[in-house]
Amino acid sequence: MIDLTVIWASIIGFAIIAYVVMDGFDLGIGILFPFFKVGKDRDTAMNSIAPVWDGNETWLVMGVGGLLAAFPLAYAIILPALYAPMIAMLLGLVFRGVAFEFRWRDPAHRELWDRAFTLGSFIATFAQGIALGALLQGITVEGRSYAGGWWEWLSPFSILTGLGLVVGYALLGACWLNWKTEGALQRQAVTYAGRLGISLLLMIGVISLATLTLEAQYYLRWLSYPGVLATAIVPIATIAVTFLFYRSLRQTKDAQPFFWALALFGLCLIGLGISIWPNVIPARVTIWEAAAPHRSQVFMLIGASIMVPIIVAYTAWSYWVFRGKVGHDGYH
Amino acid sequence: MMIEQEWAIILARIQFAFTVSFHFLFPAFSIGLASFLAVLEGLWLKTGEGVYANLYRYWLKIFAVVFAMGVVSGIVMSYQFGTNWSVFSDKAGPVIGPLMAYEVLTAFFLEAGFLGVMLFGINKVGRKLHFVATLAVAIGTFISAFWILSVNSWMQTPVGYEIAANGQFMPGDSWWTIIFNPSFPYRLVHTLLAAYLTTAFAVGAVGAWHLLKDKANPGARKMFSMAMWMAAIVAPLQVVAGDFHGINTLEHQPAKVMAMEGHYQSHPDGAPLILFGIPNSKERTVDYAIEIPKASSLILKHDLNAPLAGLDTTPDADEPPVGIVFWAFRIMVGLGMAMVAIGMWSLLARARKQLYEWSWLHKAALLMGPSGFIAVLAGWVVTEVGRQPFTIYGVLRTVDSASPLDAPAVAFSLLAFVVVYFAVFGMGIWYLLRLMKKPPEAHESALDGAPIRSAGITPAPAVLEGTSA
Repeated sequence: MIDLTVIWASIIGFAIIAYVVMDGFDLGIGILFPFFKVGKDRDTAMNSIAPVWDGNETWLVMGVGGLLAAFPLAYAIILPALYAPMIAMLLGLVFRGVAFEFRWRDPAHRELWDRAFTLGSFIATFAQGIALGALLQGITVEGRSYAGGWWEWLSPFSILTGLGLVVGYALLGACWLNWKTEGALQRQAVTYAGRLGISLLLMIGVISLATLTLEAQYYLRWLSYPGVLATAIVPIATIAVTFLFYRSLRQTKDAQPFFWALALFGLCLIGLGISIWPNVIPARVTIWEAAAPHRSQVFMLIGASIMVPIIVAYTAWSYWVFRGKVGHDGYH
Repeated sequence: MMIEQEWAIILARIQFAFTVSFHFLFPAFSIGLASFLAVLEGLWLKTGEGVYANLYRYWLKIFAVVFAMGVVSGIVMSYQFGTNWSVFSDKAGPVIGPLMAYEVLTAFFLEAGFLGVMLFGINKVGRKLHFVATLAVAIGTFISAFWILSVNSWMQTPVGYEIAANGQFMPGDSWWTIIFNPSFPYRLVHTLLAAYLTTAFAVGAVGAWHLLKDKANPGARKMFSMAMWMAAIVAPLQVVAGDFHGINTLEHQPAKVMAMEGHYQSHPDGAPLILFGIPNSKERTVDYAIEIPKASSLILKHDLNAPLAGLDTTPDADEPPVGIVFWAFRIMVGLGMAMVAIGMWSLLARARKQLYEWSWLHKAALLMGPSGFIAVLAGWVVTEVGRQPFTIYGVLRTVDSASPLDAPAVAFSLLAFVVVYFAVFGMGIWYLLRLMKKPPEAHESALDGAPIRSAGITPAPAVLEGTSA
């Protein structure tokens, strides 16, 4: 007997991973943007993501749309609970999304739109990190709805996860630019990647330890014997991947550091899964409690099984079209 | 406490109305514009005439800005259901959620995935594959409209569901019944034609503006001519489609039609068509009404003496706000009639070979440039306000749909949306007008400004222009 609820939890998980893999680096470039020289370097950095950012952001819609469809109760509890960070994220995405077009349309105000790009990218990332922290620390649920106030999401822990994600996306952005650009901009990106890598490792360590103190479930999952023999692999692998990341950076590889940085994110998501499984709202609501009825799951699964491979294929094609280094004049 | 919850709901309603209205301006334009671009590129591939390539590039710049604004304002909508209408989302999620997931899977990814190639990829993939990308984006806008209008229509005419013990709407055994619910085919046709008309009149106004300055500009002539063909053909079709949609609404949501018509009272032997007047909900009458006897029965029932029920047959608690629906309906219909008139006028001008000469026609077309946008918003006000006081018609009330929210949270977010939307999209619309102000040139540049867009292995103009310019 196949459990469709588990399959749908996996599909939503896949959408979240796809989102982080793809939109993480272009938000990160927004965060790093003010540190690049006005003119050629900024134009190149922007051009390296212009053809793909829209597709990348669609995974965010897939994640939230999938949540509504497959776990409507979770959607109905989480979004009111994360009201302020979600609105802030959306407004941030408005600013950064239009900046891609507007900065070219209005050279007189390009500086303004560059700032909007950075501010929007930072706010969207920070808000996503806060949302993650707020979910992990637990939200107040009564019956079928959120029962906390509109500031419940705010805590030192959620601020910490917010900053952690900013560092993480900035790292992905720096690695992307190392891959896709040349010359001074690439050297600048390598320097940033070096600094951000170690910062991210520290952030991961602090957030992981803080997470253990939040709920008894997390603590038991990670540290009770014999489970600890398996869970200990995650921190060990994190350190190993960080080592490989720095080695590839030192060997002046173009693409490798980006994928090692993604591997770090992958390990964080595995860690997240270990902490919260099988809950969709950590320590409150399980995936089975929140699941849509069988008929909805089946109907959507038909569509997802046909469409997701097709989407992955033409997304890959689009990246392939814009492969290689992006010069000042765009991809060539 | 009760008062605060009421305020929160009113603010949440204003917020949804504001964000969705602003959002809809962009897809109403981009649905038609994507098809227009596909037609231009197709004609260019077929004929090799440079004027089509130039117009393609001219409108592509505009499309890029419109599309970006549509995307970012659209993402907001997928969260609004959850942030402000969580009880609705929890209850209706099992039915509408899958339809919206299909929209993401079959439309959003398609549009976004091929947009990059459409905007920046002409030099990389060649003309034919680039045309495929343009078609994919155009088809994506259509598929997107299909699913979201199915969702909206199901909320207007809900069928094919059961209500579970926990209060959720459960899909019945046929998704076909849910997707093709009774009002969907009519709403889909009416809305798509509206999007095409919106684009036609926006394109026509840009063409007219440039014709008024230079009658010889080949790009201006071509776009004006194409837009006027659309006006002449689609505007009358829209009148017919609107009539069918109205009759369908009369069958399934009679109270909405009563509000549109201003029929507070029942008319057992032929209802009058109230052209203008001021609805007075207190006195249950339309003041200063100018009416055509029995014409409403003729339009809705195709019979002068057919009886028509009025709002006196609807419980007060189920009555939509009459004034807003009544006025919005008249704005929509009035603009629709003006569109038909422009279309006929253009046919006359064309028959006399004066299409590019009659400056009064050009001035009228220029004035009508925003008419599509106003008409679609008015139309949505009719259908959405006319559905009140329900979110799922007849089953779930708006007051029972909202999130458990604090009024200040909704007020602050509403304020933030208003400020940001007017600032950002205001600038965007100004950029659009600036792009439109420039006449289409014989060697229209590719997406200008961005270096990525002006160079490559093959110079873009050489690729796009084909044999003649």
